[in-house]
Amino acid sequence: MNLRATLLLAVQALVRNKVRSSLTMLGIVIGVAAVIITVAIGAGARVSVQQSIASLGSNLIVVQPGSVTQGGVRTGFGGASTLTPQDGLAVAQLPGVAAVSPIVSVHSQVVAGGNNWQTQLTGVAPTYTYIKAWSLASGRFLSESDVASIAKVAVLGQTVVSQLFPNGSSPIGKTIIIKGSPFTVIGTMTALGQSGMGQDQDDVVLIPYSSAMERLTGLTTVNLLMISATTAAQVNPVQAEVTALLARRHRIVPPQPYDFQVRNLQAFAQAASSTGAVMELLLAGVAAVSLLVGGIGIMNIMMVSVTERTREIGLRMAVGARARTILNQFLTESIVLSTIGGVIGVVVGLLGTVLVAQLAKWPTLVPAGWVFASVGFSAMVGIFFGYYPAQKAANLSPIEALRFE
Amino acid sequence: MSDVVEVRGLRKVYPMGDDEVVALGGVDLSIAKGEFIAVMGPSGSGKSTFMQIVGMLDRATAGTYLFEGNDVAKFSDDDRADVRSRRLGFVFQSYNLLPRTSALENVELPMVYAGVPPEQRRDIALEKMDIIGIKALADHMPNQMSGGQQQRIAIARSLVNDPALILADEPTGALDTKTSRDVMRLFSDLNAHRNITIMLVTHEPDVAAFAKRIVTFRDGHILSDIPNVERAA
Ligand SMILES: Nc1ncnc2c1ncn2[C@@H]1O[C@H](COP(=O)(O)OP(=O)(O)OP(=O)(O)O)[C@@H](O)[C@H]1O
Ligand SMILES: [Mg+2]
Repeated sequence: MNLRATLLLAVQALVRNKVRSSLTMLGIVIGVAAVIITVAIGAGARVSVQQSIASLGSNLIVVQPGSVTQGGVRTGFGGASTLTPQDGLAVAQLPGVAAVSPIVSVHSQVVAGGNNWQTQLTGVAPTYTYIKAWSLASGRFLSESDVASIAKVAVLGQTVVSQLFPNGSSPIGKTIIIKGSPFTVIGTMTALGQSGMGQDQDDVVLIPYSSAMERLTGLTTVNLLMISATTAAQVNPVQAEVTALLARRHRIVPPQPYDFQVRNLQAFAQAASSTGAVMELLLAGVAAVSLLVGGIGIMNIMMVSVTERTREIGLRMAVGARARTILNQFLTESIVLSTIGGVIGVVVGLLGTVLVAQLAKWPTLVPAGWVFASVGFSAMVGIFFGYYPAQKAANLSPIEALRFE
Repeated sequence: MSDVVEVRGLRKVYPMGDDEVVALGGVDLSIAKGEFIAVMGPSGSGKSTFMQIVGMLDRATAGTYLFEGNDVAKFSDDDRADVRSRRLGFVFQSYNLLPRTSALENVELPMVYAGVPPEQRRDIALEKMDIIGIKALADHMPNQMSGGQQQRIAIARSLVNDPALILADEPTGALDTKTSRDVMRLFSDLNAHRNITIMLVTHEPDVAAFAKRIVTFRDGHILSDIPNVERAA
C-alpha cells in the first residue's frame, strides 16, 4: 500500500468518528496553542527589552553620581550629586568618546495658553540626539550657543505636543511657561513610543542643560553623564578611562570609594536578554508539558479505538491487509490527528497571541521556528504515542479479532 | 490443472492449559475448480477450524495444504495476507461490514489491499453489486440495511477480486428461512453461471441442499463426503 492510500484510509476512519477525532485533537490543539502563546509573550518581552536598550543609544556609557558613604550611611545611586558639566567636557576629550551629554532631570508643570501638563523636563547638550539616536520631527534642535547663552528654548516630545497644542497647530515659535519662565519652542522630536518598561518616551521637554541648572534646579551639578563611545569595541576601554579620569578630577584616593558609578548598557542588555531567553524556555517547557498530556490523550483514545475496532481489524486482515498495513493505518491515524491538531493549535495560538497583544497590550512576537517546531513536535507526539496502540492492532490474530465481541 | 485446495492429514491441536483439544484429527480433502461444497456436522466437530485453515486465517498443526498447487506451509504471513486479498473471498455469519461506511466502500475494501487503483475499484464494485442485485444500495450505511441486504453486500465484497474460492461460515445462520433461501439461490447462481468455487458451512439440511457436494465432519474427522444427487448433474 502506498502512502496516499494509507493516508486516505486513515482520514476515512477519522472522519467516521468525527466527535471522537475532534476531542482527541483538542488536547494537541490546546498544547500547541499554549506553546505558541507563551513563546510569543516571552519572545515579545525579550525583544522589547532589547529594543528599549537599543533605543537608549548605541555604545552608551552612563555615569551616575553616588555610592558615597557618609557617617556610615550608604546612600543610593544619585544620592550625592558630584557630577558637573565640566566633568562632561573633560570626558569629551578622551579618545574613543564620540559624544557626551550632561543630563538634568526635573518634573514640572508646563503651561501653554490654556493647557497645562505635568511632564519630564530634561536638560541636555546638543549631542543628545546623536547619543539617543533620536531625530527631530520639525524645527531645530538645541545648539551650543543655546547652552552657552542659557537660552530659554525648548524641544518638545510628541506627547507634550499633543497635550499642549491639541488643535494641531505647529508649536514652533510658541511660548511655553516652565516654572514661571517663558521658553520658546524651537523644535519637536519624532515619536519613540513606549519604552520596554512601559514608560512614555515622548512625554518630555528638552531644554539646554545650562538652562535647566540655572533656572530649574539651581544646582551646579547634573544627574547623569551620557557618553557614546565611537564603536562597540571602544565601550570597555572608554569605561575604564572615564573611571580613571573622574577619580582624578574628584581627587579620590584609594581606598576611598568612588563617588560615581560608570556603567555600560551592553552588560545590562546581555543580562536582560539572557534572562528573557531563560524565561522563554521555561514558559515553552511548561507549555510543552501540556502538549505531552495531549499526546497521552491520543494514546488513550487510540487504545480504546483499537479495542473497539478489533472486529474491523480482523475483517481488514481477512480481506488481505498485512500486519504492516494495519500498523501503518493506525499510526497514520494518530499522526494525522496530532498534526492537524498541531496546525489548528498554531492558528488558535496565533489568534490568541493577537488577542493578548490587543487586550493586555503586551508586546508579542511569534518566532517562525517555533511554529514549525510545534507542528513537527505534535507529529512526533502522534508517532510516539500512536505506535503502541498501532502495534497492538497489527499483532492481533485475525481469527481472534473476528471472534471478538 | 491442480485442484484449488488439496489437504492431506490436516491436524489442528489447540493447547488448553495442560491438556489439549484436537479440533482436526487428520483431514483429507480436495476441492476442484467449480465445486460447491456444503460442510455439515455437529457443533464442535471442527468445521470452522477447517475453514479458517483453508482460508489461511490460521495455520495447521500438521499435514500438508496445497493451494492452487503451492505449499501453504512455506508462505509467510504477508504471503498469506496477499493470497487472502487476491485469491480468497470470505462471507461470515455476522456479515462483518465496516460500520459508518457505505455499502460501496465496504465492497471496495478487499481491492484497497490488493492495490487496485481507486477509479477501477468503484467500477468493479458496482459491477459485482449489480450481479447480486444490490446496486441500488451503494450509498446505504450498514445500519440502514436488513440482515439479508447486509449479507449480500458481504457476498459482493467476497467477489470483487475474482477469488479462486469463496469460504462462507454459516452465512445464513442469522437469516430467516426465506432470506436464507434467497441468499443460497444467489450462491447457487454464482456457482452455476460464473463457475465460482464455493465452500460453505451450515447446520441446516435445507441450506446444504443447494450445494453439489456435502462433506460431513464429526470429532475432527470427515465422516462422509457425498455428491448431492439432486444438484450434482
Ligand atoms: N481458539 C481455540 N482454542 C481452543 N479450542 C478451540 C479454539 N477454537 C476451537 N476450539 C475447539 O476446537 C473444536 C472445534 O471447534 P470449531 O469451532 O471448529 O467447531 P465447529 O464445527 O465450527 O462448531 P460450531 O458448529 O458450533 O460452529 C471445539 O472443540 C472447540 O472447542
Ligand atoms: Mg463454527
